[in-house]
Amino acid sequence: MGQEILIIALAYLKAFAVGGGICLIAQLIINFTDLTAGKILVYFMLAGVVLTAIGLYQPLVDFAGAGATVPISGFGYLLANGAMRGAEKGLFYAVTGALSAASAGVTAAVVFAFIMSLIFKSRTKRS
Amino acid sequence: MKKGNTVFFKNKPCIESFSAVCGSKEKEGIIGQYADIALDDDMYGESTYEKAECKMLTTAILQCIEKRGMTEKDVDVLISGDLLNQIISASFAARDYDIPFLGVYSACSTMSESIMLGAMLVNAGYVKRAVAATGSHFASAERQYRYPLELGCTRPPQSQWTVTGAGSCMIGKSGKIKIVSATMGKVCDFGVTDVNNMGAAMAPAAADSIMQHLKDTGTQSDDYDMILTGDLGALGSRIVKDLCWEKGFDISKVHVDCGEIIYKVVENEFQGGSGAGCSATVLNSYVLTKMQAGLYKRILFAATGALLSTVSSGQGESIPCISHVVEMEL
Repeated sequence: MGQEILIIALAYLKAFAVGGGICLIAQLIINFTDLTAGKILVYFMLAGVVLTAIGLYQPLVDFAGAGATVPISGFGYLLANGAMRGAEKGLFYAVTGALSAASAGVTAAVVFAFIMSLIFKSRTKRS
Repeated sequence: MKKGNTVFFKNKPCIESFSAVCGSKEKEGIIGQYADIALDDDMYGESTYEKAECKMLTTAILQCIEKRGMTEKDVDVLISGDLLNQIISASFAARDYDIPFLGVYSACSTMSESIMLGAMLVNAGYVKRAVAATGSHFASAERQYRYPLELGCTRPPQSQWTVTGAGSCMIGKSGKIKIVSATMGKVCDFGVTDVNNMGAAMAPAAADSIMQHLKDTGTQSDDYDMILTGDLGALGSRIVKDLCWEKGFDISKVHVDCGEIIYKVVENEFQGGSGAGCSATVLNSYVLTKMQAGLYKRILFAATGALLSTVSSGQGESIPCISHVVEMEL
Protein backbone atom coordinates (compact mmCIF):
# COMPACT_ATOMS: atom_id res chain seq x y z
CA MET A 1 0.00 0.00 0.00
CA GLY A 2 2.73 2.45 1.03
CA GLN A 3 4.72 1.45 -2.04
CA GLU A 4 1.79 2.29 -4.34
CA ILE A 5 1.32 5.74 -2.88
CA LEU A 6 5.01 6.37 -3.35
CA ILE A 7 4.82 5.38 -7.04
CA ILE A 8 1.82 7.63 -7.62
CA ALA A 9 3.49 10.52 -5.81
CA LEU A 10 6.63 10.01 -7.88
CA ALA A 11 4.59 10.03 -11.12
CA TYR A 12 3.00 13.33 -10.08
CA LEU A 13 6.38 14.75 -9.25
CA LYS A 14 7.84 13.71 -12.61
CA ALA A 15 4.86 15.14 -14.51
CA PHE A 16 5.12 18.39 -12.55
CA ALA A 17 8.87 18.70 -13.11
CA VAL A 18 8.81 18.00 -16.86
CA GLY A 19 5.60 19.95 -17.58
CA GLY A 20 6.85 22.81 -15.43
CA GLY A 21 10.23 22.68 -17.16
CA ILE A 22 8.60 23.05 -20.60
CA CYS A 23 6.56 26.00 -19.35
CA LEU A 24 9.68 27.52 -17.79
CA ILE A 25 11.39 27.53 -21.19
CA ALA A 26 8.32 29.28 -22.66
CA GLN A 27 8.31 31.86 -19.85
CA LEU A 28 12.00 32.60 -20.45
CA ILE A 29 11.26 33.09 -24.16
CA ILE A 30 8.39 35.49 -23.29
CA ASN A 31 10.62 37.48 -20.92
CA PHE A 32 13.83 37.68 -22.90
CA THR A 33 12.88 37.65 -26.59
CA ASP A 34 10.39 39.66 -28.65
CA LEU A 35 8.53 36.58 -29.94
CA THR A 36 4.74 36.96 -29.73
CA ALA A 37 2.52 34.42 -27.99
CA GLY A 38 1.23 33.01 -31.30
CA LYS A 39 4.72 32.32 -32.62
CA ILE A 40 5.84 30.68 -29.37
CA LEU A 41 2.82 28.38 -29.56
CA VAL A 42 3.60 27.29 -33.12
CA TYR A 43 7.34 26.85 -32.45
CA PHE A 44 6.61 24.64 -29.42
CA MET A 45 4.30 22.46 -31.47
CA LEU A 46 6.88 22.16 -34.25
CA ALA A 47 9.53 21.37 -31.65
CA GLY A 48 7.30 18.52 -30.44
CA VAL A 49 7.06 17.18 -34.02
CA VAL A 50 10.81 17.39 -34.63
CA LEU A 51 11.77 15.91 -31.25
CA THR A 52 9.37 13.01 -31.81
CA ALA A 53 10.70 12.41 -35.32
CA ILE A 54 14.27 12.11 -34.07
CA GLY A 55 13.13 9.93 -31.18
CA LEU A 56 13.76 12.28 -28.27
CA TYR A 57 10.20 13.04 -27.19
CA GLN A 58 9.00 9.45 -26.69
CA PRO A 59 11.39 8.81 -23.74
CA LEU A 60 10.17 12.08 -22.20
CA VAL A 61 6.53 10.90 -22.49
CA ASP A 62 7.45 7.49 -21.04
CA PHE A 63 9.13 9.23 -18.13
CA ALA A 64 6.70 12.04 -17.33
CA GLY A 65 3.35 11.02 -18.89
CA ALA A 66 0.93 13.95 -18.89
CA GLY A 67 3.79 16.28 -17.98
CA ALA A 68 5.02 15.89 -21.57
CA THR A 69 1.73 15.32 -23.44
CA VAL A 70 -0.39 18.15 -22.00
CA PRO A 71 1.79 21.13 -23.08
CA ILE A 72 1.42 22.15 -26.75
CA SER A 73 4.61 20.25 -27.63
CA GLY A 74 2.61 17.12 -26.73
CA PHE A 75 0.24 17.98 -29.60
CA GLY A 76 3.21 17.94 -31.95
CA TYR A 77 4.19 14.59 -30.48
CA LEU A 78 0.70 13.28 -31.18
CA LEU A 79 0.79 14.46 -34.82
CA ALA A 80 4.25 13.04 -35.51
CA ASN A 81 3.45 9.77 -33.75
CA GLY A 82 0.23 9.35 -35.74
CA ALA A 83 2.05 9.99 -39.00
CA MET A 84 4.83 7.57 -38.13
CA ARG A 85 2.39 4.83 -37.14
CA GLY A 86 0.37 5.41 -40.31
CA ALA A 87 3.53 5.20 -42.40
CA GLU A 88 3.92 1.59 -41.32
CA LYS A 89 0.71 0.81 -43.25
CA GLY A 90 1.54 2.89 -46.30
CA LEU A 91 2.11 6.37 -47.68
CA PHE A 92 -1.60 7.23 -47.67
CA TYR A 93 -1.90 6.50 -43.96
CA ALA A 94 1.23 8.52 -43.26
CA VAL A 95 -0.70 11.54 -44.53
CA THR A 96 -3.97 10.78 -42.71
CA GLY A 97 -2.38 9.35 -39.58
CA ALA A 98 -1.38 12.67 -38.04
CA LEU A 99 -4.85 14.19 -38.04
CA SER A 100 -6.56 10.89 -37.15
CA ALA A 101 -4.43 10.69 -34.02
CA ALA A 102 -5.23 14.27 -33.09
CA SER A 103 -8.93 14.12 -34.03
CA ALA A 104 -10.23 13.22 -30.55
CA GLY A 105 -8.31 16.09 -28.93
CA VAL A 106 -9.30 18.65 -31.55
CA THR A 107 -12.97 17.62 -31.52
CA ALA A 108 -13.07 17.70 -27.71
CA ALA A 109 -11.49 21.18 -27.76
CA VAL A 110 -14.09 22.48 -30.21
CA VAL A 111 -17.06 20.90 -28.39
CA PHE A 112 -15.97 22.03 -24.93
CA ALA A 113 -15.12 25.51 -26.18
CA PHE A 114 -18.63 25.74 -27.63
CA ILE A 115 -20.25 24.59 -24.37
CA MET A 116 -18.14 27.00 -22.31
CA SER A 117 -19.02 29.87 -24.65
CA LEU A 118 -22.70 29.15 -23.98
CA ILE A 119 -22.25 29.16 -20.20
CA PHE A 120 -19.69 31.91 -19.66
CA LYS A 121 -19.02 35.35 -21.07
CA SER A 122 -15.55 36.83 -21.50
CA ARG A 123 -14.68 39.93 -19.51
CA THR A 124 -11.66 42.08 -18.84
CA LYS A 125 -9.19 40.56 -16.43
CA ARG A 126 -8.02 42.56 -13.47
CA SER A 127 -4.32 42.36 -14.24
CA MET B 1 2.55 81.82 -38.61
CA LYS B 2 4.83 78.87 -39.00
CA LYS B 3 8.44 78.40 -37.98
CA GLY B 4 10.14 75.08 -38.56
CA ASN B 5 7.41 72.53 -37.96
CA THR B 6 5.64 74.63 -35.37
CA VAL B 7 2.44 76.56 -35.98
CA PHE B 8 1.84 79.63 -33.80
CA PHE B 9 -1.75 80.58 -33.09
CA LYS B 10 -1.96 84.34 -32.92
CA ASN B 11 -5.71 84.41 -32.25
CA LYS B 12 -5.14 82.18 -29.21
CA PRO B 13 -7.76 79.44 -29.44
CA CYS B 14 -8.82 78.20 -25.99
CA ILE B 15 -9.92 75.05 -24.28
CA GLU B 16 -13.52 75.94 -23.44
CA SER B 17 -14.52 72.70 -21.82
CA PHE B 18 -13.19 69.20 -21.28
CA SER B 19 -14.51 65.86 -20.16
CA ALA B 20 -13.26 62.34 -19.46
CA VAL B 21 -14.86 58.94 -18.94
CA CYS B 22 -12.73 56.18 -17.43
CA GLY B 23 -13.05 52.47 -16.69
CA SER B 24 -13.05 50.67 -13.37
CA LYS B 25 -9.32 49.98 -13.23
CA GLU B 26 -8.48 53.61 -14.06
CA LYS B 27 -10.92 54.78 -11.39
CA GLU B 28 -8.55 53.52 -8.69
CA GLY B 29 -5.70 55.65 -10.00
CA ILE B 30 -4.92 59.33 -10.18
CA ILE B 31 -7.69 60.24 -12.64
CA GLY B 32 -10.49 58.49 -10.73
CA GLN B 33 -11.68 61.55 -8.82
CA TYR B 34 -11.13 63.98 -11.70
CA ALA B 35 -12.97 62.09 -14.44
CA ASP B 36 -16.58 63.12 -15.01
CA ILE B 37 -17.75 59.55 -15.16
CA ALA B 38 -15.83 56.63 -13.66
CA LEU B 39 -17.36 53.30 -14.63
CA ASP B 40 -17.69 50.28 -12.37
CA ASP B 41 -18.54 48.02 -15.26
CA ASP B 42 -16.25 48.38 -18.26
CA MET B 43 -18.90 46.90 -20.57
CA TYR B 44 -20.88 50.10 -19.85
CA GLY B 45 -24.11 48.10 -20.17
CA GLU B 46 -23.34 47.11 -23.78
CA SER B 47 -23.04 43.65 -25.31
CA THR B 48 -19.57 44.04 -26.85
CA TYR B 49 -16.36 45.86 -25.94
CA GLU B 50 -16.44 47.78 -29.20
CA LYS B 51 -19.90 49.11 -28.38
CA ALA B 52 -18.71 50.01 -24.88
CA GLU B 53 -15.77 51.94 -26.32
CA CYS B 54 -18.08 53.80 -28.69
CA LYS B 55 -20.49 54.63 -25.87
CA MET B 56 -17.67 56.00 -23.70
CA LEU B 57 -16.60 58.25 -26.55
CA THR B 58 -20.19 59.37 -27.19
CA THR B 59 -20.63 60.15 -23.49
CA ALA B 60 -17.35 62.07 -23.26
CA ILE B 61 -18.35 64.24 -26.24
CA LEU B 62 -21.82 64.90 -24.81
CA GLN B 63 -20.44 65.72 -21.34
CA CYS B 64 -17.95 68.13 -22.85
CA ILE B 65 -20.69 70.03 -24.72
CA GLU B 66 -23.15 70.00 -21.81
CA LYS B 67 -20.58 71.14 -19.25
CA ARG B 68 -20.19 74.30 -21.30
CA GLY B 69 -23.96 74.72 -21.22
CA MET B 70 -24.29 74.25 -24.96
CA THR B 71 -25.96 71.90 -27.40
CA GLU B 72 -24.57 70.12 -30.44
CA LYS B 73 -25.80 72.98 -32.64
CA ASP B 74 -23.14 75.23 -31.13
CA VAL B 75 -20.33 72.95 -32.27
CA ASP B 76 -19.13 73.38 -35.84
CA VAL B 77 -16.95 70.33 -36.21
CA LEU B 78 -16.10 67.11 -34.40
CA ILE B 79 -12.56 65.81 -34.86
CA SER B 80 -12.11 62.32 -33.55
CA GLY B 81 -10.40 58.98 -34.02
CA ASP B 82 -9.63 55.78 -32.16
CA LEU B 83 -7.59 52.59 -32.40
CA LEU B 84 -10.01 50.17 -34.02
CA ASN B 85 -10.08 49.25 -37.71
CA GLN B 86 -11.65 51.98 -39.85
CA ILE B 87 -11.93 54.11 -36.65
CA ILE B 88 -15.38 52.69 -36.01
CA SER B 89 -15.73 54.00 -32.45
CA ALA B 90 -15.28 57.59 -33.58
CA SER B 91 -17.45 57.28 -36.70
CA PHE B 92 -20.20 55.42 -34.85
CA ALA B 93 -20.11 57.96 -32.02
CA ALA B 94 -20.41 60.75 -34.60
CA ARG B 95 -23.59 59.29 -36.11
CA ASP B 96 -25.39 60.19 -32.88
CA TYR B 97 -24.63 63.87 -33.36
CA ASP B 98 -25.75 66.47 -35.83
CA ILE B 99 -22.20 67.79 -36.14
CA PRO B 100 -19.87 67.61 -39.19
CA PHE B 101 -17.26 64.94 -38.53
CA LEU B 102 -13.59 64.75 -39.43
CA GLY B 103 -12.12 61.32 -38.71
CA VAL B 104 -8.42 61.26 -37.91
CA TYR B 105 -6.06 58.42 -37.16
CA SER B 106 -2.80 58.92 -35.37
CA ALA B 107 -2.89 55.90 -33.04
CA CYS B 108 -2.31 56.97 -29.44
CA SER B 109 -1.39 60.54 -30.43
CA THR B 110 -4.89 61.13 -31.82
CA MET B 111 -5.70 63.47 -28.90
CA SER B 112 -2.87 65.90 -29.63
CA GLU B 113 -3.45 65.71 -33.39
CA SER B 114 -7.16 66.46 -33.06
CA ILE B 115 -6.55 69.33 -30.61
CA MET B 116 -3.96 70.73 -33.00
CA LEU B 117 -6.30 70.50 -36.01
CA GLY B 118 -9.16 71.99 -33.99
CA ALA B 119 -6.95 74.88 -32.87
CA MET B 120 -5.87 75.50 -36.48
CA LEU B 121 -9.48 75.65 -37.68
CA VAL B 122 -10.56 77.94 -34.83
CA ASN B 123 -7.49 80.17 -35.14
CA ALA B 124 -8.08 80.60 -38.87
CA GLY B 125 -11.70 81.49 -38.19
CA TYR B 126 -13.18 78.70 -40.29
CA VAL B 127 -15.10 77.35 -37.31
CA LYS B 128 -16.25 78.89 -34.05
CA ARG B 129 -16.01 75.76 -31.96
CA ALA B 130 -14.46 72.35 -32.50
CA VAL B 131 -14.65 69.28 -30.31
CA ALA B 132 -11.62 66.96 -30.25
CA ALA B 133 -12.16 63.50 -28.81
CA THR B 134 -10.67 60.03 -28.65
CA GLY B 135 -10.84 56.89 -26.57
CA SER B 136 -9.74 53.29 -26.23
CA HIS B 137 -10.78 50.11 -24.46
CA PHE B 138 -8.47 47.45 -23.04
CA ALA B 139 -10.41 44.48 -24.36
CA SER B 140 -11.06 45.81 -27.88
CA ALA B 141 -7.43 46.95 -28.23
CA GLU B 142 -6.18 43.52 -27.17
CA ARG B 143 -8.31 41.98 -29.91
CA GLN B 144 -7.24 44.60 -32.44
CA TYR B 145 -3.49 44.54 -31.82
CA ARG B 146 -2.71 41.31 -29.98
CA TYR B 147 -4.99 38.35 -29.27
CA PRO B 148 -8.63 38.12 -28.18
CA LEU B 149 -9.05 37.96 -24.40
CA GLU B 150 -10.49 34.46 -24.71
CA LEU B 151 -7.09 33.10 -25.71
CA GLY B 152 -5.78 33.96 -22.25
CA CYS B 153 -2.26 34.86 -23.36
CA THR B 154 0.50 35.60 -20.87
CA ARG B 155 1.67 39.21 -20.99
CA PRO B 156 5.40 39.89 -21.29
CA PRO B 157 6.97 42.21 -18.67
CA GLN B 158 7.69 45.00 -21.16
CA SER B 159 4.03 45.22 -22.19
CA GLN B 160 1.64 48.03 -21.32
CA TRP B 161 -2.01 48.03 -20.34
CA THR B 162 -4.40 49.74 -22.76
CA VAL B 163 -6.45 52.32 -20.91
CA THR B 164 -10.22 51.95 -20.88
CA GLY B 165 -11.49 55.48 -21.21
CA ALA B 166 -12.34 58.38 -23.45
CA GLY B 167 -11.63 62.08 -23.31
CA SER B 168 -12.80 65.10 -25.21
CA CYS B 169 -12.26 68.82 -25.17
CA MET B 170 -13.90 71.77 -26.83
CA ILE B 171 -11.72 74.31 -28.61
CA GLY B 172 -13.21 77.76 -28.98
CA LYS B 173 -12.42 81.43 -28.60
CA SER B 174 -13.03 82.08 -24.91
CA GLY B 175 -11.55 80.22 -22.00
CA LYS B 176 -8.82 80.25 -19.42
CA ILE B 177 -6.47 77.75 -21.02
CA LYS B 178 -5.02 79.00 -24.29
CA ILE B 179 -3.48 76.93 -27.05
CA VAL B 180 -0.39 78.88 -28.03
CA SER B 181 1.35 76.73 -30.58
CA ALA B 182 1.56 73.23 -31.94
CA THR B 183 4.34 71.21 -33.53
CA MET B 184 3.42 68.78 -36.27
CA GLY B 185 5.26 65.53 -35.71
CA LYS B 186 7.32 63.58 -38.20
CA VAL B 187 7.14 59.82 -38.51
CA CYS B 188 10.22 58.30 -36.85
CA ASP B 189 11.31 54.70 -37.16
CA PHE B 190 14.30 53.43 -35.24
CA GLY B 191 13.78 49.84 -36.31
CA VAL B 192 12.11 48.48 -33.18
CA THR B 193 10.13 45.37 -34.15
CA ASP B 194 8.99 44.20 -30.70
CA VAL B 195 5.23 44.84 -30.68
CA ASN B 196 5.18 44.39 -26.91
CA ASN B 197 7.67 47.19 -26.43
CA MET B 198 5.86 50.25 -27.78
CA GLY B 199 7.51 52.58 -25.27
CA ALA B 200 10.95 52.02 -26.78
CA ALA B 201 9.56 52.43 -30.31
CA MET B 202 7.71 55.68 -29.53
CA ALA B 203 10.37 57.40 -27.41
CA PRO B 204 12.47 58.64 -30.39
CA ALA B 205 9.36 60.20 -31.98
CA ALA B 206 8.49 61.98 -28.72
CA ALA B 207 12.07 63.20 -28.26
CA ASP B 208 12.19 64.43 -31.88
CA SER B 209 8.94 66.42 -31.64
CA ILE B 210 9.69 67.87 -28.19
CA MET B 211 13.18 69.01 -29.26
CA GLN B 212 11.78 70.40 -32.52
CA HIS B 213 9.23 72.39 -30.50
CA LEU B 214 11.84 73.76 -28.12
CA LYS B 215 14.04 74.76 -31.07
CA ASP B 216 11.20 76.38 -33.05
CA THR B 217 9.85 78.34 -30.10
CA GLY B 218 13.27 79.19 -28.70
CA THR B 219 12.26 78.01 -25.25
CA GLN B 220 13.98 75.89 -22.63
CA SER B 221 12.41 72.85 -20.99
CA ASP B 222 12.49 74.74 -17.67
CA ASP B 223 10.07 77.30 -19.13
CA TYR B 224 7.33 74.68 -18.85
CA ASP B 225 5.66 73.42 -15.71
CA MET B 226 5.17 70.06 -17.31
CA ILE B 227 6.13 68.22 -20.48
CA LEU B 228 3.46 65.57 -20.74
CA THR B 229 4.07 62.59 -23.02
CA GLY B 230 1.30 60.17 -23.90
CA ASP B 231 1.95 56.53 -23.19
CA LEU B 232 5.66 55.78 -23.22
CA GLY B 233 5.46 53.84 -19.98
CA ALA B 234 8.26 53.46 -17.45
CA LEU B 235 10.89 52.22 -19.91
CA GLY B 236 9.97 54.63 -22.71
CA SER B 237 10.09 57.58 -20.29
CA ARG B 238 13.67 56.75 -19.37
CA ILE B 239 14.59 56.49 -23.05
CA VAL B 240 13.00 59.84 -24.01
CA LYS B 241 14.86 61.61 -21.18
CA ASP B 242 18.14 60.03 -22.27
CA LEU B 243 17.57 60.88 -25.95
CA CYS B 244 16.84 64.53 -25.15
CA TRP B 245 19.75 64.73 -22.73
CA GLU B 246 22.12 63.42 -25.41
CA LYS B 247 21.11 66.31 -27.69
CA GLY B 248 21.56 68.84 -24.91
CA PHE B 249 17.94 69.20 -23.75
CA ASP B 250 17.42 68.23 -20.13
CA ILE B 251 13.71 67.50 -19.73
CA SER B 252 14.05 65.15 -16.75
CA LYS B 253 12.81 67.71 -14.19
CA VAL B 254 9.54 68.50 -15.95
CA HIS B 255 8.79 65.33 -17.87
CA VAL B 256 5.70 63.36 -16.87
CA ASP B 257 4.26 60.41 -18.75
CA CYS B 258 0.51 59.76 -18.71
CA GLY B 259 1.03 56.00 -18.98
CA GLU B 260 3.40 56.01 -16.04
CA ILE B 261 1.11 57.88 -13.67
CA ILE B 262 -2.34 56.60 -14.63
CA TYR B 263 -2.33 53.40 -12.57
CA LYS B 264 -1.82 53.18 -8.85
CA VAL B 265 0.13 49.96 -8.76
CA VAL B 266 2.62 49.91 -11.58
CA GLU B 267 3.94 46.40 -10.90
CA ASN B 268 0.77 44.66 -12.04
CA GLU B 269 0.46 46.72 -15.20
CA PHE B 270 4.16 46.23 -15.97
CA GLN B 271 5.17 49.39 -17.86
CA GLY B 272 2.00 51.40 -17.20
CA GLY B 273 -0.91 52.45 -19.37
CA SER B 274 -1.13 52.93 -23.13
CA GLY B 275 -3.70 53.54 -25.83
CA ALA B 276 -5.42 56.59 -27.24
CA GLY B 277 -7.53 56.81 -24.09
CA CYS B 278 -4.45 57.07 -21.89
CA SER B 279 -3.35 60.60 -22.80
CA ALA B 280 -6.95 61.61 -23.53
CA THR B 281 -8.24 60.76 -20.05
CA VAL B 282 -5.23 62.06 -18.12
CA LEU B 283 -5.19 65.37 -20.03
CA ASN B 284 -8.94 65.92 -19.93
CA SER B 285 -9.33 65.12 -16.25
CA TYR B 286 -6.37 65.62 -13.96
CA VAL B 287 -4.09 67.89 -16.01
CA LEU B 288 -6.62 70.40 -17.34
CA THR B 289 -8.43 70.54 -13.97
CA LYS B 290 -5.16 71.37 -12.22
CA MET B 291 -4.32 73.84 -14.95
CA GLN B 292 -7.62 75.61 -14.55
CA ALA B 293 -6.95 75.80 -10.82
CA GLY B 294 -3.66 77.50 -11.64
CA LEU B 295 -1.31 74.75 -10.49
CA TYR B 296 0.29 74.46 -13.92
CA LYS B 297 0.69 77.61 -15.98
CA ARG B 298 2.39 76.35 -19.11
CA ILE B 299 2.50 72.78 -20.38
CA LEU B 300 3.60 70.84 -23.42
CA PHE B 301 1.32 67.98 -24.38
CA ALA B 302 3.14 65.47 -26.58
CA ALA B 303 0.99 62.38 -27.08
CA THR B 304 2.81 59.59 -28.89
CA GLY B 305 1.45 57.06 -31.34
CA ALA B 306 2.75 53.79 -32.76
CA LEU B 307 1.56 53.54 -36.35
CA LEU B 308 1.67 49.80 -36.79
CA SER B 309 -0.98 47.28 -37.78
CA THR B 310 -1.19 43.56 -37.12
CA VAL B 311 -0.52 42.98 -40.82
CA SER B 312 2.65 45.10 -40.86
CA SER B 313 4.08 43.53 -37.72
CA GLY B 314 3.09 40.08 -38.96
CA GLN B 315 5.15 40.76 -42.09
CA GLY B 316 8.14 41.66 -39.93
CA GLU B 317 7.98 45.44 -40.45
CA SER B 318 9.38 47.72 -37.78
CA ILE B 319 7.14 50.17 -35.90
CA PRO B 320 6.96 53.75 -37.25
CA CYS B 321 5.91 56.24 -34.58
CA ILE B 322 4.72 59.82 -34.37
CA SER B 323 4.24 62.52 -31.78
CA HIS B 324 2.37 65.80 -32.12
CA VAL B 325 3.05 68.55 -29.60
CA VAL B 326 0.53 71.08 -28.34
CA GLU B 327 1.55 73.96 -26.09
CA MET B 328 -1.01 75.31 -23.65
CA GLU B 329 -0.77 78.15 -21.18
CA LEU B 330 -2.96 80.16 -18.85
